[in-house]
Amino acid sequence: MIADVGIVFGRVMFVMMFVLNLGGLLTWVERKQSAIMQDRIGANRASILGLRLFGLFHPLADAIKMLAKEDFRPARADRFLFSLAPFVSVFFALVAFASIPFGNVLHAAGREIPLQAVTLNVGVLYVFAMLSLGVYGVMMAGWSSGNNFALLGGQRAAALMISAEIAIGASIIGVIMVYGSLDLQSIARAQGQLLWGWIPKWGILTQPLAFVLFLTAGIASTKRIPFDTPEGESEIIGYFVEYSGMKFGMFAMADFLETIVVAGMTTALFLGGWQVPYLVAGGFQFPWGATLALPPLVVTLLQVGSFVTKVVVMIFFLMLIRWTLPRFRYDQAMRLGWLALFPLSIANIVLTGLVLLITRPA
Amino acid sequence: MNLGQRFYLREVFSGLGLTAGHFFRNMGRHIAHSLGRRDARGAVTIQYPDERRRLAPRLRSLHRLVRREDGSPRCVACMMCETVCPARCIYIVADEHPNPEIEKVPSRFDIDLGKCVFCGYCVEACPEDAIRMDTGILEFSSYSRGGMIYSKEALLALEPAGPDGRPTSPVPIPADRRP
Repeated sequence: MIADVGIVFGRVMFVMMFVLNLGGLLTWVERKQSAIMQDRIGANRASILGLRLFGLFHPLADAIKMLAKEDFRPARADRFLFSLAPFVSVFFALVAFASIPFGNVLHAAGREIPLQAVTLNVGVLYVFAMLSLGVYGVMMAGWSSGNNFALLGGQRAAALMISAEIAIGASIIGVIMVYGSLDLQSIARAQGQLLWGWIPKWGILTQPLAFVLFLTAGIASTKRIPFDTPEGESEIIGYFVEYSGMKFGMFAMADFLETIVVAGMTTALFLGGWQVPYLVAGGFQFPWGATLALPPLVVTLLQVGSFVTKVVVMIFFLMLIRWTLPRFRYDQAMRLGWLALFPLSIANIVLTGLVLLITRPA
Repeated sequence: MNLGQRFYLREVFSGLGLTAGHFFRNMGRHIAHSLGRRDARGAVTIQYPDERRRLAPRLRSLHRLVRREDGSPRCVACMMCETVCPARCIYIVADEHPNPEIEKVPSRFDIDLGKCVFCGYCVEACPEDAIRMDTGILEFSSYSRGGMIYSKEALLALEPAGPDGRPTSPVPIPADRRP
């Protein structure tokens, strides 16, 4: 009994610590990566006892600064909703990662431990439901600030979120059709199969169009550049105009957490999840006949390592996009969402259905 | 826009290629630098207070008053610099020089660096070569306007910059910044 509770606790804590720590680290990654891309050095002055460590203490310094700042609340703000909004934003971004599997089932001490925080047979829907709920925090912030600019920012966020979420939902239907499940763990497992005996059946190969559409809509749902019309940190002020201190920091944190969730979802749906090519339960089985037996623990560690690596690479790619592309205008973002992403997703569903009808025996 | 540009995705990838190229090239240089290749620089940044770039020899930096061999100012208080100064930041009070060969000497020579525009006209106008802007000192700041006024004594104490362009005399600290 206690062991069961401990295992559940451990699974949840692993995911939570992974996401939270990575989220904190992303503030550093964002600064350093953008600096290196732009021939700069980036934040490197924060030091503890003269130890700088490539500026790794800057997230810590940021958090201390945010916590020490004045927590200002405008006189005309709705007291309750104004305080609730950042928590809603962070909470839903944080729990969205729960059903993303970070490894196959681990057999230990006569138990089967599924390596994901929550085993849900509708994991895909859960993640998108949580991601969509996150926009309520943003709209709440815009409404409750009692500021017209914040209200406009919240409205822009809502419009962007609707056009992005529709495209996200429609683009992954192809993936669900190919792998025949809404459970992220089954989808990840199904991606371990081989196409024609030697190509790993990853989603990016079976659903390349859906990958591009999902990634585009996913970036839009994180509200970061090039889809940052809700905030526009450099000139158009967004839904968090009136926020200061750690509440403001929580909105920034929610964006990073959503980036991690989108990277995790892309990994789970399109990059094979925790799959390592040719690695099955007993070890490596290469298509040319060679085998390499590995103990189960090593296999599990390889799988978790593979998942983390893929997520980190995906985050690098999302950051690269964020620091490369200019912002879409509001109408351009709307047009892209409704006139490009959504129809293409529908076309992808039809195409996938046709291919499945032809290739799959009745 | 042609079709390829309207399709947007190709342009996105060429842009991503450019930035990713910068990232990996600079990252490689950073790694090479930390592995001992000191000439490999991954960034164009000069980390200012720690590193300083070489100053041009003709750079106009903080003024100094040139001294005679006996240590008195070479300035004869002719008011040329005060007259030519477009910012009107020089204030001179003339006095008799003890040596009858020399006409005058300034009893006060104040430069208000808060007003100075560093045009160098005072150096050009001086008939005695008594004021120069070659100290190489660039850092002078103060918490008050009064602290930006540098007196004759402070200006006389300064030395020209060394051959590398670095200041050789200590930066005068205004009264309101002294600990």
